[in-house]
Amino acid sequence: MPELNLHQVQASHQAHTVVNRIDLRLREGEIGCLLGPSGCGKTTLLRTIAGLHAPSGGEIRIGETLMASDKVNVPTEKRKIGMVFQDYALFPHMTVYDNIAFGLDKFPAALKRERIQQLLELIGLPHVGDRYPHQLSGGQQQRIALARALAPRPTMLLMDEPFSGLDVELRESLAREVRGILKSEGISALMVTHNQNEAFAMADSVGVLKDGRLLQWDTPYNLYHQPLHPFIADFIGQGSLISGRVCDCRAVHTELGLLKTHLPFGTESGEEVSVLVRPDDIIHDDSSDWKLEVVNRAFRGSHFLFTLKLPSGEKVMCMSQSHHDHPVGSKIGIKLEMDHAVVFPKALSGE
Amino acid sequence: MTKSPRLWLLITILIALVMTTPIWVLVSFVFESGGNNWQHLMDTLLPDYILNSILLMIGVASGTLLLGVPAAWLISHYRFVGSRWLHWALLLPLAMPAYISSYTYTGLLEFEGPVQSALRETFGNGISLWFPEIRSVGGAILLFSFVLYPYVYLLSRSAFGGASQHALEVSRTLGAGPYKSFLRIALPMARPAIIAGVTLALMETLADFGAVQHFGVDTFTTGIYRTWSGLGDTSTAVQLSLVLLAFVGVLILVERWSRKQQRYFGGHAKGDALERVALSGRRGMAAFAVCFLPILFGFVVPSGQLLYWTVTTAETGWNNEFFELAWNSFSLAFITAVVAVILAVILAYAKRISANKTVAQTVQLAHLGYAVPGTVLAIAILIPLAWLDKTIDDFFFENYQISTGLLLSGTLFALVFAYSVRFLSVSLQSVESGLQRIKPSMDDSARTLGASSWNILGRIHLPLMKTSLLTALILVFVEVLKELPTTLILRPFNFDTLSIRAYEMAADERLADAGLPALLIVLTGLIPVIILSKLMDKSHA
Repeated sequence: MPELNLHQVQASHQAHTVVNRIDLRLREGEIGCLLGPSGCGKTTLLRTIAGLHAPSGGEIRIGETLMASDKVNVPTEKRKIGMVFQDYALFPHMTVYDNIAFGLDKFPAALKRERIQQLLELIGLPHVGDRYPHQLSGGQQQRIALARALAPRPTMLLMDEPFSGLDVELRESLAREVRGILKSEGISALMVTHNQNEAFAMADSVGVLKDGRLLQWDTPYNLYHQPLHPFIADFIGQGSLISGRVCDCRAVHTELGLLKTHLPFGTESGEEVSVLVRPDDIIHDDSSDWKLEVVNRAFRGSHFLFTLKLPSGEKVMCMSQSHHDHPVGSKIGIKLEMDHAVVFPKALSGE
Repeated sequence: MTKSPRLWLLITILIALVMTTPIWVLVSFVFESGGNNWQHLMDTLLPDYILNSILLMIGVASGTLLLGVPAAWLISHYRFVGSRWLHWALLLPLAMPAYISSYTYTGLLEFEGPVQSALRETFGNGISLWFPEIRSVGGAILLFSFVLYPYVYLLSRSAFGGASQHALEVSRTLGAGPYKSFLRIALPMARPAIIAGVTLALMETLADFGAVQHFGVDTFTTGIYRTWSGLGDTSTAVQLSLVLLAFVGVLILVERWSRKQQRYFGGHAKGDALERVALSGRRGMAAFAVCFLPILFGFVVPSGQLLYWTVTTAETGWNNEFFELAWNSFSLAFITAVVAVILAVILAYAKRISANKTVAQTVQLAHLGYAVPGTVLAIAILIPLAWLDKTIDDFFFENYQISTGLLLSGTLFALVFAYSVRFLSVSLQSVESGLQRIKPSMDDSARTLGASSWNILGRIHLPLMKTSLLTALILVFVEVLKELPTTLILRPFNFDTLSIRAYEMAADERLADAGLPALLIVLTGLIPVIILSKLMDKSHA
């Protein structure tokens, strides 16, 4: 039984559809993440799940309860979800203690005190109960907002860009910390972000959204190595697309040679396709006879990232160790280290 | 421009000192014993003034809260019949000066008025015995509440619509329903803004002269005027003014304090566009009624009455005398507006250019004039001007045997000076906010591109400042046009304006003749309301 189940969910602002027929399942205790550029509809989808935005179609279930459909729309306060906002939205006129206590009205007094103290310890701030939000740092406020959302033991937790207000250095460490807290509470969570590192640090499953559509819902590993859409290949990690022609059902012919691949459904022999080449697929090797011209180089500290020109003019990227410097215009030797090439139909990559 | 910070400092301090003269004059009287009538006044009338003022303040505070807060809440969180135009129409009473409104309600509700006549026709003559008297403390409270609630509406609406949105949503995800969320989150978070709005309304109430005078409610302002014009006892009038200023001072402190609170409560967040809940059917109608009622009694009814009077007196009203009045009013308002804007520009630039803290504090001082009620201000300006006149006259008479007469206090100079003191704050606010949008880095980048100071002023500042300067000009213009007590006290002999004519006609019980000049004031007053609602729409989108 999945904790969250979305079936063909749609949402719109005025006449404009921003969430388009999304299916998604989140298992019990799983941490999911919606990733996408701004304006892709990820925040609207999250608000729709929370009941803060009415869907224009589809069904939303949390646990076994139908929350929204054509006929039903359970109000937010009855959905038993927790939500953390980008700006934390702590209540400025209440102490930290009262903030966390806000959702605990139905708890007996002793239990309430105990739960609040337990949460304050869980987030590593056991002594701030008497303070007001404006007396705390951004990272502290963020953790209080999390504690407040977790306090009433909601069925699931929703987080809207929870780390974007923080310093870059703080983000990833806090993301790991929050993941630990969520796992120790055993709660399912869905988070929205535009930052790939945050998504990978937090989530078991990541969904990539573009123009209101969910392009792929998968593990971070699969998103990188087996993207289903050129947009995902481009959005996650680096790489370039070169053209190729399908030889038979196991390989594709490109300028880099014949590459092994799993062809997408429906492609025919002889069809023109795009092939994803990641920088780590091409290895710099001085002893190789296969040489390509350097058209751009970027020093990344731990490595160099070279852009190389193929005879046809198409470009690929290549990583090399940081002491292998070569000027732009020179030719360097390469070899291929590619397990399975990722192939997209030409029509898709034109977008 | 940065080369002569000392010059700027000097100019700023000079302007600020001159513009705060009335305050220094009043302060110098603090330890004086009052005039001949002071003791008598303290024993007889002062308790009445204080009691009436306190009753008015309690009543108007409750009234503006009841009218302003629910409307603000409905408009910021719900969609219903008419909510789109109600959102700005709720500001319309800002164009209706309290004294003008008081004339129309007197006309409507007096014994001979249409309301009582209709009631007598239906229920017989006895009904008039039971009809409440509008010219009373209760009537004044209702009147002020309907005219002044927009201050509360405006400030609480932006508090409801702003950063509290996410907090409200969090409260709902934590299981709190709409009522609990409103009472425990929205209302407490908006409290500082609401209090600030109420204090503004109360300051206007205390400063009012025309409406309380017409309603026969004795307050400080009417007392001051009577002591000065009836008894000719200036120093007692000043003592009364000081007591009134103490009340105003408390309100200013409360207002400052609540604005400070707001910085914590407002948060730093910009909420997304609010998703307003649609109300239909009966609930939609109820919401409409709550928002329309204040506009109906605050604006529609009084302006309807003015319009009716204007039409009925059309034959006699539109004469040369009226055009002279209009010319007097408009030219006076225009001259003052130009003076106030020029002074504001000098002060605002001094503050921007000079890093000196003294300059910033001095400029802050120039805002004080707005807090001084018009009646008080007029008398406080009359005292030094009369002294100057006498000194000049004495000097010329001794040396040249010429009498210069009332060179300053009896001419338009006194009026323009007084208005400038009172409304400098209005123009300064607008100019300062305009100047704030021009970041210092823009000047710097223009300079690196080779532009001279004058070049920067003409090509960057002026185009960017145009709107703020115009807004400042219009705001001061309209304020001057509406002003009554200062004009009444300081105008040169036989110099009449629109507001004076309306006042005199109403005092002579010729209410219908007050219609035309009053209507013109109200119509002009609509301009800044329109500007304000445009600005709101911009920040809304």
